[in-house]
Amino acid sequence: MNNTYDNEMKIEFLSKSNNEAFARIAVAAFVAQLDPTLEEIADIKTAVSEAVTNSIIHGYEERQGIVKLICKIREKEVFIEISDSGKGIENVEMAKQPLYTTKANLERSGMGFTIMESFMDDVEVESVLGLGTKVTMRRKIKSNSQKEEFAVATIRGEE
Amino acid sequence: MESFYKKDDKQLIFKMDEEIDECTAQKIRRKLDNEIERYMPKEIIFDFNNVSFMDSAGIGLIIGRYKLANMLGGKVQVANMTTPVRKIFEMSGIQRIIPERKDCPKIREKKDRPQIIKEVQYE
Ligand SMILES: Nc1ncnc2c1ncn2[C@@H]1O[C@H](COP(=O)(O)OP(=O)(O)OP(=O)(O)O)[C@@H](O)[C@H]1O
Ligand SMILES: [Mg+2]
Repeated sequence: MNNTYDNEMKIEFLSKSNNEAFARIAVAAFVAQLDPTLEEIADIKTAVSEAVTNSIIHGYEERQGIVKLICKIREKEVFIEISDSGKGIENVEMAKQPLYTTKANLERSGMGFTIMESFMDDVEVESVLGLGTKVTMRRKIKSNSQKEEFAVATIRGEE
Repeated sequence: MESFYKKDDKQLIFKMDEEIDECTAQKIRRKLDNEIERYMPKEIIFDFNNVSFMDSAGIGLIIGRYKLANMLGGKVQVANMTTPVRKIFEMSGIQRIIPERKDCPKIREKKDRPQIIKEVQYE
């Protein structure tokens, strides 16, 4: 494994919807070593859930395939990569638009990418039609001193 | 997920379980619709008190029930939103069509619990 990271993990699982919970819980447990706040953990879990669900329902649709998840840590930063070898996205810019969905019939709301982008510091999507999709996300965990400053500012009403 | 029906007020209350994602939404969707069609409530209230996780599948689930309720002349409200639920709600903008209740109607355990007419196996 690449030693420019402090820690790294990788899991692969079948594109079954009950693995959505497994994936986000695994990431949350791994990220716990950075001592994140409840809110930071919740944000990361939600972003993972969105990307994994997309691979399962859009990437592979009814077929069965493998979803790959890599999670790395460097200092206080989390890097997450979620990829599938599914059908790919024709137009990534369009797919990222809020409310854009190709599966309205399945009660999708088209908010997945919007949620990932607002819960993480950075989201990148690479996709090739017929080959698959890879979503790479980054999120910095606040250090304890930053948390204290934030708490003090909040108490003073400066937020 | 547990449902309660307050006959006097024609309120159908869904007490949602801990995690709402695509997997769990898929499992309860039919059950929610069956209850709505069976009672034809005036108000449908989603109680999020026990929900610790919700992603975009929750938005889809609620909008779907909102459309059905609209067709049948009922309205949908949400109550007891926890922090993670509220965050997703605010981001999606569905607050514009689905109002929040200050308090969830009190449930009288025996009286409001729907009698089981026939056990239905969902899924
Ligand atoms: N892994 C993927 N493989 C193929 N297509 C994808 C993938 N991820 C996203 N897409 C495409 O991008 C669109 C937008 O995705 P997004 O997650 O924003 O919304 P959604 O999944 O349709 O709805 P929601 O996430 O709100 O339930 C999808 O409708 C789908 O067409
Ligand atoms: Mg999605």
